[in-house]
Amino acid sequence: MTAAVSIQAVSQRYGQATALDRVSLEIEAGEFVVLLGPSGCGKTTLLNLIGGFTEPTEGAILIGGRDMAGVAPKDRPTTTVFQDYALFPHMSLRDNVAFGLRMRGIDRGKRAAKADQMLALVGLEGRGDRRPHELSGGQRQRVALARALAVEPDVLLLDEPLGALDLKLRRQMQDELKAIQRRVGTTFVHVTHDQEEAMAIADRIVVMNAGHIEHVGPPREVYLQPKTLFTAGFMGEINRIPVAGGRAPFGPVDVPDGTLCIRPEAITPAGALRIGPCKVEDAAFFGAHIRVHVSPLAATDLRLIVHLPQSQSVEHGGVLDLGAETWVVLTE
Amino acid sequence: MIRTLSWAYLAVAYAFVFLPVAVLVAFSFQDGRLPVPPFKGVTLDWYAKVLGNDDLTAALLNSLLVAVVSSLVALILGFLAAHALARVRLPGSALMRGVLIAPMTVSYLIVALGLLNLFNLTGLRLSLLTAGIGHVVVNLPLCFAITYAAMGDHQRSAERAARDLGAPEWKVVTLISAPMLAVPLAAAFFLSVTFSWDEFIIAFLLTRFDVTLPVEIWSMLKSGLSPATNAVGSLVFLVSVTLVILLELTVFRKRP
Repeated sequence: MTAAVSIQAVSQRYGQATALDRVSLEIEAGEFVVLLGPSGCGKTTLLNLIGGFTEPTEGAILIGGRDMAGVAPKDRPTTTVFQDYALFPHMSLRDNVAFGLRMRGIDRGKRAAKADQMLALVGLEGRGDRRPHELSGGQRQRVALARALAVEPDVLLLDEPLGALDLKLRRQMQDELKAIQRRVGTTFVHVTHDQEEAMAIADRIVVMNAGHIEHVGPPREVYLQPKTLFTAGFMGEINRIPVAGGRAPFGPVDVPDGTLCIRPEAITPAGALRIGPCKVEDAAFFGAHIRVHVSPLAATDLRLIVHLPQSQSVEHGGVLDLGAETWVVLTE
Repeated sequence: MIRTLSWAYLAVAYAFVFLPVAVLVAFSFQDGRLPVPPFKGVTLDWYAKVLGNDDLTAALLNSLLVAVVSSLVALILGFLAAHALARVRLPGSALMRGVLIAPMTVSYLIVALGLLNLFNLTGLRLSLLTAGIGHVVVNLPLCFAITYAAMGDHQRSAERAARDLGAPEWKVVTLISAPMLAVPLAAAFFLSVTFSWDEFIIAFLLTRFDVTLPVEIWSMLKSGLSPATNAVGSLVFLVSVTLVILLELTVFRKRP
């Protein structure tokens, strides 16, 4: 029903190109882990290695303590939800969902009952007789999820499952995915390049870049205390301010030398780390916040992005006295 | 004016194609000894005579047997080859595809002569089996080309999903790949059947005692024209047309 996944110094090379470089990762049983990174970072390669679609050049993958070397996808305790759904167009939804059970030799009556139960779990009760082409994109994705979960895998792999959906539907499906994962308790390994999606659903986020892991941690930590500049930038907009000898461009700061990273929404009039008076260069109303470009009067070359609450009155050319509430200093 | 002309052109074109067939069918009902004008009246005697002729009905059944069996073999071989070449990147994939399609470009006469030599060398007696082998040779490229062209990415990913859900390879092929290609497979099969049904040269050179219908008709023609040959021709035409209409109704209509 659920199992831990242990990835031990796994490398994957295609000829000269290195897709993964000695990646190690421990995933606990029942955890919802998101592999996050830009395209080409190796996240899908890692997912394929767990699913058994490719074998690693080096290293070992253990699922539930069992070494998976040489074990074909069909014999692994994993199933996959594919980005393009990969439903069987010539079968009813019930037969689609029951396919894995059929391969396991479960008799027709039992597997139909289980399939109907899984369809109900994803909110498609009573539609077992439909065909995939009668469904919308979101519904197809639900069927793909029900099909992968029907065989009660220890680990469910999700390969950008929401990538083809529009934004609103994607947000809704994220909530459902998270709720379903809590109910079934299966280990979920989910691949995405959307950091908001990652934060919305993950217990832990694995930020990947160029074949290695940059940062592993819960969403709050990865967002607020990124370990690397890449993670800081990938998780969302961030102001990077060079600090040398205890001085930032706008004046002395009480932080170690390095790059001072401040999120736009962490800059407020009350912030403890003082930036000082700043001139408003540009402002735009974004609904949830006002996005403002400012330049500290003491360092007019420096441009900072600030997200201020709607209630704040912001005028072009006006001066705001600002400080940072949270920040992190990175030294790479 | 242009409109009338284009309709007239269409009518002429159809007349050109179907007039010979219409004449053939019409004179199969000729109440006389010769299938030539003037038309002397309608009779079904020739049909009765043809259907009462054991050689002809035997040839008709032989033709059906050869057409169905050779088409099935060509379909299975063509499908498996297409399935493999569409999935796996092998050195020389392009060459293999080319070699598989090549027999299409070779004339039936050459194929038949080649096979004739081969059967002589191997000592295989000429029979319906050898004619069937000939038909597999010419229909396999067709079946291969049709199914290969129909295979796409979404099929590949459905197969991957089936494997992921625990399907062994033979179940992937029988439960996923083949049913997903039901339409092109049926099209390839029916086309093969019609080609084999009408085929003369290969059947003529590669059969001896049991012959297929076109060969039987040819031997009837040697003894001169008769409305009986027209009647046989009409029957053959009827079967072909029925197959094409069946194909149209069952296979192509379903295409989304």
